[in-house]
Order: sequence, then structure tokens, then C-alpha cells
Amino acid sequence: MEAKKTRAVNLTEEELVYPGNRACAGCGLNILYRIGLKAIGRDAILVVPPSCLTVMQGLYPITSTQLSVLNVTFASTAAAASGVRAALRAQDNDHTKVVAWAGDGGTSDIGLQALSGAIERNEDFLYICYDNEAYMNTGVQRSGTTPRGAVTANTSIGGKRERSKDVASIIAAHSPAYVASCSAAYPLDFHDKIAKALGIKGLKYIHAHTPCPPGWQMEEKVAVSIARMAVSNGLYVLYEIEDGRMTLSEPSAKLLKKKSLPRVEEYLQAQGRFKELGSDDIAAIQSDIDSKWAAYRRDMAGAAA
Amino acid sequence: MQVFDSGNVAAATSVKLARVQVVAAYPITPQTPLTEKLSQYVDSQVMDAEYVAVESEHSAMAVCIGASSAGARAFTATSSHGLLYMAEQLHWTAGARLPMVMCVVNRAVGAPFSIWNDQQDSISQRDCGWIQLYASDHQEILDTVIKAYRLSERICIPVMVCYDGYYLSHTYMPYRVPEQSAVDAFLPPYTYRHTLGPEKPTSLNTVTLPGGRTDIHGNFAPGYMELRESLDSEMKKAVAIYSEIDAEYLDIAGRGGDPIVQCYLCDDAEYVAVALGSMGRQLHDVADGLREEGIKIGVLSLAMFRPFPADILRAQLSGRKALIVFEKAFSPGQSGALRSELQAALYGEASQPELFNYILGLGGRSYSSVDFRSSIIESIQRKPGETGRCEEIGWIGLGR
Repeated sequence: MEAKKTRAVNLTEEELVYPGNRACAGCGLNILYRIGLKAIGRDAILVVPPSCLTVMQGLYPITSTQLSVLNVTFASTAAAASGVRAALRAQDNDHTKVVAWAGDGGTSDIGLQALSGAIERNEDFLYICYDNEAYMNTGVQRSGTTPRGAVTANTSIGGKRERSKDVASIIAAHSPAYVASCSAAYPLDFHDKIAKALGIKGLKYIHAHTPCPPGWQMEEKVAVSIARMAVSNGLYVLYEIEDGRMTLSEPSAKLLKKKSLPRVEEYLQAQGRFKELGSDDIAAIQSDIDSKWAAYRRDMAGAAA
Repeated sequence: MQVFDSGNVAAATSVKLARVQVVAAYPITPQTPLTEKLSQYVDSQVMDAEYVAVESEHSAMAVCIGASSAGARAFTATSSHGLLYMAEQLHWTAGARLPMVMCVVNRAVGAPFSIWNDQQDSISQRDCGWIQLYASDHQEILDTVIKAYRLSERICIPVMVCYDGYYLSHTYMPYRVPEQSAVDAFLPPYTYRHTLGPEKPTSLNTVTLPGGRTDIHGNFAPGYMELRESLDSEMKKAVAIYSEIDAEYLDIAGRGGDPIVQCYLCDDAEYVAVALGSMGRQLHDVADGLREEGIKIGVLSLAMFRPFPADILRAQLSGRKALIVFEKAFSPGQSGALRSELQAALYGEASQPELFNYILGLGGRSYSSVDFRSSIIESIQRKPGETGRCEEIGWIGLGR
């Protein structure tokens, strides 16, 4: 099923996130939070663990969001969202949406067990992971999704040595109702995938790539173009998985028709965190991208339209 | 209605009578028969509730936190490592001031691995901000859970109802079950003062600064420390409030009257044996025997450990010759927690009893009435002033 297409001109004007919040300049999360809440609407309860989003919400008694938010412990996001949903069911409320919104550390590392349990129970809520590829809120330490080679506060010498986890694939292996990936460079795609997900019963998972200028060591003004570059060079893929079938979303689908993709160097060299990568490392990353896309072309050539 | 069943079934029955709306649980011995029974009640629609079979105790408490915040009466139960796996969630629940009841079916804590009874699990969580009640028999388990919901929802502090694993959870005893209509009259439907929902958007448990600050309307909003202080001062009110609630329960159920401490043969007692949970019942027989020998001894069973009912204990225990405190938990390097706290409560009293502390039953080590008797005799035969050091522990049954 194709998601409904929202354009900037027909996006709802009502803002549910106040301006002047505590997000850093150039924050990819902030872009998606503002646009995402437009898709979620007012009839919703958010569940948020410790993360940049907690701080962005504001310090008591000030808040940057107009929705109800339950702040919970780091490991418990998906379980707490299950509890909110259970309470709503017990009160015969089938209209209020429950949306868990956590970072990559809170999802791929400490929160993975609770999330796995919630998917297995097919709980009825939307889980959004914003992935800025490290523990940014605590000062940029490596997480499960930090890419190999990235310098962080605790991989400061030589960069991270291990591969990143493909969290969305781990989630997809549970066969939830809906899985999608998004990028801060494509906020309307994020908007429409949320709207679509909220129309589906069961557990929905959206993984969103969110650039972080201080953590990625780049200028604030390039955050969106860097995120876009990660999609256009094939490193980060936008897709949906429904009924076990993966379809590429438009910005990624159009890459299928291209004979070759832009090289990954430009993306890596624009970010200070990749300064330790040598030419062999870059070649290995490029090779991973090329083989991934060779597989997509083989499996999905017919579906590219 | 009188029934004959296990302590775990008594607990499940009370959860059903309390019309709990969300149950979340993860299996751990000796709690399992309780939550299995609840799953049957829910699946057979005997109970109109959501049963969430979570993947860990940490998540069980998370479900209860979510449910209670969003306006549903929540319940979970656990033991031992399950309780400790919840530890950060316990602090969170209390700090969030969420009404909730949890049964802790007391069991030892590893390592080494032990599935048997003692009370190290709940006692080690005394500082997490939950009220702790201890039941001494099956009837008390059932009655206490129902009263605990009233208490918790009145003062917005979560309550643990603790009872000894196996001694109470798996043994069968007769107990009375109140009518649903009587419980409904006693325990009104759940409401929470800050219920999460779209109607009145609220941010709960947000980052709170060390100091207070004003909101956009110029009203003072407390800082972290004010919120902690209110948890303390409001929990301390639970002693009086629980007594009021118990008096109302006495009217509907015909049981109660001594919800904080139960004193047996204490009126003229020179010596008082003090204990939490099912040990108190066993000590009644021991006291009967010692009285026949002319020893003036009574038994004080403590049913509330948090808040610590210091006023009531001072009133009951000041002026006695000696207290013999039996505990199935301790703080390594110090003594039993109950003994230390009793001493603190009695400090500065004009007439302070000698205190003797015995640790027993750890990891399910068996103990008998003979053990209690000989420990009491040993204590009262010591010369005044010969002991009373706070770190001294008598170990019952070591090496056998």
C-alpha cells in the first residue's frame, strides 16, 4: 500500500512543539519531532526514555510539547507504552494513540529487550527510534548503531572498531505490523509513514536517521544535506516492510535505476567523526554499499517504478 | 465465604476483589501460582482486566507505571531477584507518586542461588520509597491487599504487601473471603490526580532542577528536593491513615483493629519478642510455653516496616527489660535492619530495653519453636549491660 503523500503546502499549520526548545542548532531530531507530531495529532500519549528528547522537552515546569508525555526509565520505553495501552484498553479508549519515542541507545542497546517483548506480544503502539548514531545526550559515546570507524568520546583513538547493529532488521525479524526507515532530510516521508503506521493495529516501528552536528562534528547548516547525502549515496536506505515484504521508498527507490551511486567519501569527509578512516576503510564501506545495492537491484528491479 | 487454599490464591482472590484493571507479571518462584491464577481469572473473564505477560520484572513494573499513570488500577507480584531487577523502577514509581500494590512473596537472594524463603529481598528495598506491609497469615494477605489499594490511592504512594514464600505462599489455610459488594463499597474506582491523557496534556516525570523555579504564570514549582521531602512527610502520615482505613475495613469485613502492630501477651510482659511476617504467629506458641514457666514474655508482630511506626513502637516497647528481635534478613557488616531501626526509635527514651538480635532462616534454613525458645532464654539470662552492641548478631541454626 502506497503511503499518502503530504506536501509542504498541505501540511497542517498547527504546531504541537513550541519554538525555542532546548534542541541544539541543526538537530535532526528537532525537525522530525515537529513534523512527526503534526502527523500524530493531539489525541495521543507519548512515552519517552532518557535521551536528547527528554532534555528537548524542557525542564520542569516548562515543556516544549503540547501532548501528554510520560517520561520513563531508560530500559523500559516499550513496556511502559504497553502499560499505557493496557490502561486505555481497560477504559475502552480505542482512539488515543500511544507513541514511544526513543534514541538509538535507548532502542538498540538498553531498551531492546523490552521492545522485543512488546513486539512479540503485538502491542498496539508506534515505536519511533531516532538514530543519531551515538549516546549524544551524555556526551557522544558509542552506541550499538554507531558506524564502524566513527570517533566518539569513548572510541576517541582509532574510532569504533565494530559494525553497527541493523536495528530495523532485528525488529523486522519479529514480524511486527509495520516497519519503516526515515531520514531527517525527508520529513514529509516521515510524516506520511507515521500517519500510515497509526492506521495499522499492532506494533509499528519507524527507524529515523537524525544528523547531530555536535556529535558528528559538522557545521549545523549542513545537517540536512548530510542526511540527504546518506540516502542519495545508498548508505542509508528508506523503505517500508509490510507482511514481510520490503519496498523502497521514493528517495531510495529511484537509486535502483541508476547505474552507479555517488561515492561515500564526500559523506564521510564532511564529518569530523570519520577523520580516522583510512582509504581502505572507506573502500570497505563503499564495498558494503555496493553489494547491498547489487542485492536490491537483483531482488527489486521489477518493483522499481 | 470461608475457603481453604494457599496464600498465593488468597492474594489472587484479593486482587480480583479489588477490581484491578491491569496485571503485569513475569514468572519467578514462589510467586508463580499467584500470577498463574490471575491469568486464569482474566482469560476466563472472571476478572475484567488486562493481563500483560511481560519479558522481565523490569518491564512488569514499567507496564504498571504506564497503566497507573494513564488511569488504571495496576498490580504485579514478584520475589527475590525479580524485585531486585525492578529496583530502579521501584524508585521511579515512588518518585512519580503512583498508586499501586505489589505482592512480594519473600525469597532469598543469590549468590549462591537459592529459591527458598527469607526476607532479604524486600528488606533490601526499604529505601526505595514504597510502603511495606507484612502479612503473617493467609487471611492477612487477602485483607491487606484490599486495604493497601485504599491506602495507596489515598496518599499516592505505592505499597508492597510482603509475605513469606512457601510458609504462606504454598501452604493451605482456611480464610474468609468478603463479598464483592462489600469490597466495592470499601474501595471506590481508581482515579489518579495527574492522569495522562489527551484531554489535559501533562508531562510526567520531566527533568527537574535542584532548586524550585516559577512557571510561566509566576507560580512556584518545587525542585527535586521539595518533592523528596513530600514523599517522606506524606509517607509518615500512612501510619494514621492506614489505621483509619483498617477501622473502616473492620466494619465491612469484621476483621482488623491492629493493622500496624499485633501484640500478644504484651500487657505485663517484661520481655517482648519482635518479628515481621509469619514468624510472629509461630512465636505465639513459644510465648505460651514460656509463660507456663513463669517468664513474662509477649510477642509483637510488626505488620508495617515502611513507614517505620516509631511512635507506636516506642509506646509499646519503652520500659520493657529486653527485646529479642528475630529477623530473616540483615545488612552484612551491621545487623538486622529491624533491630537497628528499633534501637534508633528507642534512643533517648528514659527506659530503654536491652536489644538482642537473632538472624535465622536465611535461604530457607529451617527453624523451630525450640530455636525461638532457647534464643529467648539465652537473652534473658544475660546480665544487664552485658550486651546491646548494635552489631551483635546471634545466628540460629548455623552448622547443622
